[in-house]
Amino acid sequence: MWEHVLTIFIASALINNFVFSRYLGLCIFFGVTKKMETSIGMSFTFTAVMLIGAALNWVIYEYVMIPFHLGFLKIVIFIGVVAAFVQAADTIMKKVTPALYYKLGIYLALIVTNCIILAVPLINAEEHYSLFESMALALGSGLGFSLALIIMASIREKLELADVPKSFQGLPISFVLTGLIALAFLGFSGMITL
Amino acid sequence: MYEQLSSLLIQILSRTVHIFANKLVPLVGVGGSVETLEKVPWESVLFGLVVLAALGVVFGVALAIVAARFIVKTDPKVDQVRETLPGANCGACGFAGCMGYAENVVGNPDVAVNLCAPGKAAVAEKIADITGKKAEKVDPKIARVFCQGGKSLSQRKFIYTGVQDCTAAVLAAGGDKSCEYGCLGYATCMRACPFDAITMSADDLPIISKEKCTACGKCVAACPKQVIELSVESKAVVISCHSRDKGIDVKKKCQVGCIACGICVRTCPVEAIKLDNNLARIDHSKCIVCGLCVKKCPTKAIYDYIPVRLKAQIDPARCAGIDVCAKVCPVNAISGGPNAVHVVDQSKCIGCGMCAARCPKKAIDMIAAVQQVTGKPGADKSTVSAGA
Repeated sequence: MWEHVLTIFIASALINNFVFSRYLGLCIFFGVTKKMETSIGMSFTFTAVMLIGAALNWVIYEYVMIPFHLGFLKIVIFIGVVAAFVQAADTIMKKVTPALYYKLGIYLALIVTNCIILAVPLINAEEHYSLFESMALALGSGLGFSLALIIMASIREKLELADVPKSFQGLPISFVLTGLIALAFLGFSGMITL
Repeated sequence: MYEQLSSLLIQILSRTVHIFANKLVPLVGVGGSVETLEKVPWESVLFGLVVLAALGVVFGVALAIVAARFIVKTDPKVDQVRETLPGANCGACGFAGCMGYAENVVGNPDVAVNLCAPGKAAVAEKIADITGKKAEKVDPKIARVFCQGGKSLSQRKFIYTGVQDCTAAVLAAGGDKSCEYGCLGYATCMRACPFDAITMSADDLPIISKEKCTACGKCVAACPKQVIELSVESKAVVISCHSRDKGIDVKKKCQVGCIACGICVRTCPVEAIKLDNNLARIDHSKCIVCGLCVKKCPTKAIYDYIPVRLKAQIDPARCAGIDVCAKVCPVNAISGGPNAVHVVDQSKCIGCGMCAARCPKKAIDMIAAVQQVTGKPGADKSTVSAGA
């Protein structure tokens, strides 16, 4: 069983990396990777929200939705749960750690409707993962996303000094870069078959 | 067409009847085709409603409690300041966006109210009203061209016939101008200016309109020769040259370049000018804009942006004959010994204003010149076409 958990973890972090293999969450990916500082902060917030959101959604799915046969409502309920949780986290953070709030407050609002945050509980529900497996998927996806953010931020910080043609400056060159990294991540495919 | 529509209507009707026949049992499925439709038991719908409602109530109450428990009181002044700011989030103030500046200017007593560059004096005044801080005068900036060597006054290395744009011209051996520091004159800055503040003179030099320029810095960034700089508008005397060539080379290339002779350095009454790497530079924090260096510069590389300088005139009724003005006058335009009424020689006076500043009796007024004799230094400046 632990082997399976570990497999899910590695698969979600590298092989099925949400950004480079599934092309999800690109909005935040391009939004925060201009600076290393923000992307590291975002990585922490994102992974934390992902873990807690997946756990909450797992409990609700397992103990409320399955007994009542409400599987067809999962998208609505999962979004609702994540939105409520993020809103609460937002309010609490503003009071408890204002410094962190001013750095990441804008991105917390983005997280609410982020597709990766929604995709993880949906995959968990689809595959009927146990709590540990769900957590492994959430942690793996969070770390995979963090990895993507940090790789991209470090390249983009270097890119500031590069002599990029004017029409490619900014987002276009970032998309080109993302495509190249995605090609590199293709190398992981087929290593583990789930 | 009609038949298709009618058959579709009949289909819809029959399906509705079918649903009613099944006692209003809802159907769900993927794609809507009959095969995938499955029956959803009544309980599911009921449970769905109940569960969603319950979740909604739970989350609503939880959020309300959290919001009440973790309330953060914000200063209403911050919002007021935020509303007066232009909201461009340009970062010119040095803070992260307008909100960042609003918070700091309200919360921190050391943050000045005049940091918002796009807002200028009007916004600074409003912020001062809201925060109760003293409004210091904003020193507006303006873009200035540090080159006066238009095509008639400077030499060319070769004839450039490429794309009429400075960024393109610079690729061809650094541009066709002999002086590698000067303005190329292909109007890249004019096209970069979002406010139409730049026009090109007949001598192919940019003229920056004082009224239209907002000191946004777009032209500074666009110029491949870095010949445009943002400078404080009130410091109107500028050494309009960037050449770091030796004086003899400058003379070969351009008639109005700085040859680093050092006359301005010796002339300056407040020691604001320094020679650095074959180029004289004015320290604008010391400069009193007297205009003396403009008169003394042998190549006319120093430009006075004040169009008409005022002349000093002594009010005989208030003059106590203290003689400070005569001593301080850099051009010896004031005559009259101690305890006698002093007189300003209007033809010599250059309008630097130093006597007026020093007179303890405030007997000297700076007024517009009555009648100028033509051919004086003030007139021949117009022949030097500078980036006004």
